[in-house]
Amino acid sequence: MLKIDNLHVRVAGRDILKGLTLVVNAGEVHAIMGPNGAGKSTLGNVLAGREGFEVTAGTIEYSGQDLLQLEPEARAAAGVFLAFQYPVEIPGVNNTYFLKAALNAQRKARGEPELDSMQFLKLVREKLRVLHLSDELLQRAVNAGFSGGEKKRNEIFQMALLEPRLAILDETDSGLDIDALKKVAEGVNLMRAPGRAFVVITHYQRLLDYIVPDFVHVLDGGRIVQSGGKDLALKLEEQGYAWLRERRIAEAAA
Amino acid sequence: MATVFAQSQLDAHAALAPSLPGAHLGWLAHARRAHLAAFARDDLPTTREERWKYTSLKALERRALAIDGGGAEVQGIPEDLLALPGATGPRLVFVDGRYDAGLSRLDGIDPAALVVQPLANALASGADGLCVLYTDPTHAARGSLDALNAAFAADGAVVRVAPGAAVAGAVHLVFVGRAGGGDRAWYARNRIDVQAGATLSVIEHHVDAGDHAHVGNLVTEVELAAGARLEWTRVSDTAPRATRLCATRFRLERDAALALNALELGGALVRNDVHVDLAGPQARLDARGTFALGGRQHAEQRLSIRHAARDTTCKVLSRGVADQRARGVFHGAIVMDAGADGADAQLSSKNLLLSPHAEIDTQPVLEINADEVKAAHGATVGQLDEQALFYLRTRGLAATQARTLLTLAFCREALDGVSDPALRAALSERLAAHLPSTGEVGP
Repeated sequence: MLKIDNLHVRVAGRDILKGLTLVVNAGEVHAIMGPNGAGKSTLGNVLAGREGFEVTAGTIEYSGQDLLQLEPEARAAAGVFLAFQYPVEIPGVNNTYFLKAALNAQRKARGEPELDSMQFLKLVREKLRVLHLSDELLQRAVNAGFSGGEKKRNEIFQMALLEPRLAILDETDSGLDIDALKKVAEGVNLMRAPGRAFVVITHYQRLLDYIVPDFVHVLDGGRIVQSGGKDLALKLEEQGYAWLRERRIAEAAA
Repeated sequence: MATVFAQSQLDAHAALAPSLPGAHLGWLAHARRAHLAAFARDDLPTTREERWKYTSLKALERRALAIDGGGAEVQGIPEDLLALPGATGPRLVFVDGRYDAGLSRLDGIDPAALVVQPLANALASGADGLCVLYTDPTHAARGSLDALNAAFAADGAVVRVAPGAAVAGAVHLVFVGRAGGGDRAWYARNRIDVQAGATLSVIEHHVDAGDHAHVGNLVTEVELAAGARLEWTRVSDTAPRATRLCATRFRLERDAALALNALELGGALVRNDVHVDLAGPQARLDARGTFALGGRQHAEQRLSIRHAARDTTCKVLSRGVADQRARGVFHGAIVMDAGADGADAQLSSKNLLLSPHAEIDTQPVLEINADEVKAAHGATVGQLDEQALFYLRTRGLAATQARTLLTLAFCREALDGVSDPALRAALSERLAAHLPSTGEVGP
């Protein structure tokens, strides 16, 4: 589904990603871990198409298309979803209106019929129920005045509604207490499906207790330095990133 | 040397004066001549005057404008041009400044609560209590456009609400400019009295039938007696080439409350000069307005507020948007007189430029001559938030749609003061329809 090959990205004149290679197949959950400054959020932003991230080398193929050629809205219509590390507050834009406009814009781009208000509300209520969210959320402006936890849950709610094929969660666990974390993880687990892939970017292992990944990758210095199964995350938790660095230095010396 | 414009108006006055409504009243004929003389002396204001620094009438100086003598039957004004959801009360329609009985709707008025009549009728029948409209000694300080208006205006709305009466439906005043008849000017004058403890809503609605470059000049005077409440909503959506020069003066007695709402979608040139005199203790003003301009539109909103008594309050919120090569101006001036202790004023003006060639000038002015007062103001001019734009696009909204959505959200706060939900929704819809679907600059 997603093939990233030798990706180099420069942000504000600094090289952040330096040869990242990653393959994600449908149905898989990949966790990307790494220390601060490793380039984790850059990866999420590049996948979603944010301006100011210059790809200096490498390719990203998504479902047979060159992802880098697509505008952010075209990526969304093709099924790419980024849950933001810092969801943006948009006062004055009603959540329901925004979600309906977004869903219908995607459907239209895919050549599917748009949903009318009744159909849309039915879908929304179903998703709210599954995620145990209050419909008070619908009346509010997008993320405006939301607590950190509410913002993250709103991201998961949007994901549930938009039903992407590739979801990238950018530090969705940051700033959450354990209860909020469990709820967010539960929302993600409900969406795991054979046709859907997740890239879960996180700094801590804790989230991976609840969203159990198929693969764990360690990103450091702009490239993936170690890949493994879910046990790799546990080892990182015990020994820290320094352990990996020391081991690499030892390998290089050998 | 008079401008071409001034000469054309002087000539028109000579021809029209004998047939203007109220011409038989000696004091009125005299007042009109005096106003015309004042205009002839000062001519059009120029950008050398501080009050006209941002709006040039240079192009108007060179135009000779005719004035319709009336009499011809008005045709070709569709009902849907005049209709506005939420405007459920009486409707007075003025075509090129003249009352049109056929388009108006005055049925269902309780005469014990509300008196509504066209100014021309009132003048023809003796002009009871309207002397002040033409002979107020403060006229001299109001500038030459007001004088020109007073020299010509013989129609408009005269509205009076009886003490303690609460009028249910909003009084809808529609000013329509009509295409055809050469290059023309029209003048109208309104007088609204909300007597003690009475409640009223008014919609001042500017539209045009067909595309034309006519110049409309409207002056409105509003008195709120002690404890009166008024919600005044101005909707201006005129022809792309049209010019509107409007001035409105509100005077509030003790405990009176005025809520002002304004939606300005512009013509070629719009100037809206609003003065609010908080004359009695505890008088309060809540003013909200938004303008959205594109093309080469030019609109100047001026709000001058005077706190003349103790414990008077005002809250002003303005949101402006300019795209392409449009220019918007917001001037908000608050004066607190000596002795206006306990006065409280808040002014916020936020503006959005959607194109590198658009311009918005915002000018908050505070003049405080009293002690023990509170005053706060803030003014910004900026661009759409790139973070928010990207966020919306990652959810599937096209860039143009995302821009429109954010722009609309930015302006909408200024419409929150419209208390009738149907009217508020209608204004929001008109605003949305008027917003550029793209932030890109045309050739």
